Amino acid sequence: MTEPSVVTPSESPLAASVLRESGQNVNLCYQCMKCAAGCPVSYEMDYKPAELIHAIRLGMDDVVLNSKTMWLCASCETCTTRCPQEVDVAKVMDAVKITARKQGVKPAIPQVASFYRAALSNIKKCGRMYELGMIIGLKMRTFEFFKDAGMGMKMFRKGKLKMIPSLTGAMRTWRIFRRVANIEKQQTQRNMN
Amino acid sequence: MTAKYAYYPGCSLHSTGSEYDVSFRAVCDKLGVGIEEIKGWICCGTSPAHCTSRLLSLSLPFENICLAGQMGLTDIVAPCAACFARLKTAQYEAAEDPKIAGQISEALEKPLPESMNILSPLEIFCNGQDLSRAVTRQLSGLKIVCYYGCLITRPSKVMQFDECEYPMAMDNLLRSIGITTLDWSYKTECCGGALAMTRTDVVLKLTRDILDEAKAVGADAIAVACPLCHVNLDTRQEEVEAEYGVSYGLPVFYFTQLMALAFGVPSSELGLQKHFVSADGLLSAGSLG
Repeated sequence: MTEPSVVTPSESPLAASVLRESGQNVNLCYQCMKCAAGCPVSYEMDYKPAELIHAIRLGMDDVVLNSKTMWLCASCETCTTRCPQEVDVAKVMDAVKITARKQGVKPAIPQVASFYRAALSNIKKCGRMYELGMIIGLKMRTFEFFKDAGMGMKMFRKGKLKMIPSLTGAMRTWRIFRRVANIEKQQTQRNMN
Repeated sequence: MTAKYAYYPGCSLHSTGSEYDVSFRAVCDKLGVGIEEIKGWICCGTSPAHCTSRLLSLSLPFENICLAGQMGLTDIVAPCAACFARLKTAQYEAAEDPKIAGQISEALEKPLPESMNILSPLEIFCNGQDLSRAVTRQLSGLKIVCYYGCLITRPSKVMQFDECEYPMAMDNLLRSIGITTLDWSYKTECCGGALAMTRTDVVLKLTRDILDEAKAVGADAIAVACPLCHVNLDTRQEEVEAEYGVSYGLPVFYFTQLMALAFGVPSSELGLQKHFVSADGLLSAGSLG
């Protein structure tokens, strides 16, 4: 029988990952709930931002990485601006998403993750966001072919969507993406050793 | 006119928010503000980048800061609130964290330039000059609420722009050219931004709250400084009305369109026909003089 642990580790591995990915120390949080109170999307979340932070500190990886919370975050930065401990909560949300992706956890709101992938793959290829191409890329990933079709057509008729991508800086952008990926790969290897 | 500002339009101002580009240029022209578009600029990466990789989200904006530096200029103007925030964040984080600065430089294969001033048009048009002298058309009959959205003022320690919970920069600017702006409590509430295409239900709810409040305080129209806010408030307004069984009919202007109108630029040159909610009725109303 294993001895019950009486010593709580001062930092969960998940908190360490958040620190590595974002520079944010969640152990500064004293649960004042300002982030939860000000969050415009908290009504849709399964865990309020402060609760997610608490779960990170407790090392409840399953709860955190399978939560909807960080995928619903609109990056409005209200929580970050109001935190009395200067924890950049919006960055914590980013770091949890990055950690979930690295650990291969299926996102609780897959279409949001699909949107990030569609947008980045579009920027990587075109240099500037080619909206029409990005929308098609998103639909190929989510299979929601008819969503917003009427609005899209109207935007197109009003000249708000371009037919042809610009491709200015496309090669340079592709190189930046590739070098960033290499630097991050080296860093991950260093962290594992 | 010699350029004083390197102009970073960002992707939206070349497509969905082209009215913001056209009207920004028109105002610069009227006020004699010299701008030059950064040649070869690339996307700032916006939310998908910072939600995926911190290094990528800082490297992409820095490429543009480097390009502006090569033009020999020290001031960058970024009208899109999201681009403005990403450029400022990149510079702030590189200054705070030498390790990440080194990685950004490695990713871009060049040294990072000296610190530049990254500005919103709200700042360059409010530099103490008397704008009322440029006014040729009275818009005093208009009652506007200024909607700043999230990223112009937040996070406050990075943006260092106005009062983060209740900014007045846009109000003061429009008031100085004779437009009435109203006090209201939704100036910096979030419209849902990038969730528009994935969790449209959330955006419709948040946008409804904003439109409700604008209507409740008696506004004729909303002024914005962000192309993403504009898409949600204008392009999705009809959808909000259908979803919640309400009727707003609130035109949404870029604040630069209102400035250009006051300075006598014909409305046909300001992209107003691209808006989903027509402003024709409001602008032709007799009360505008």
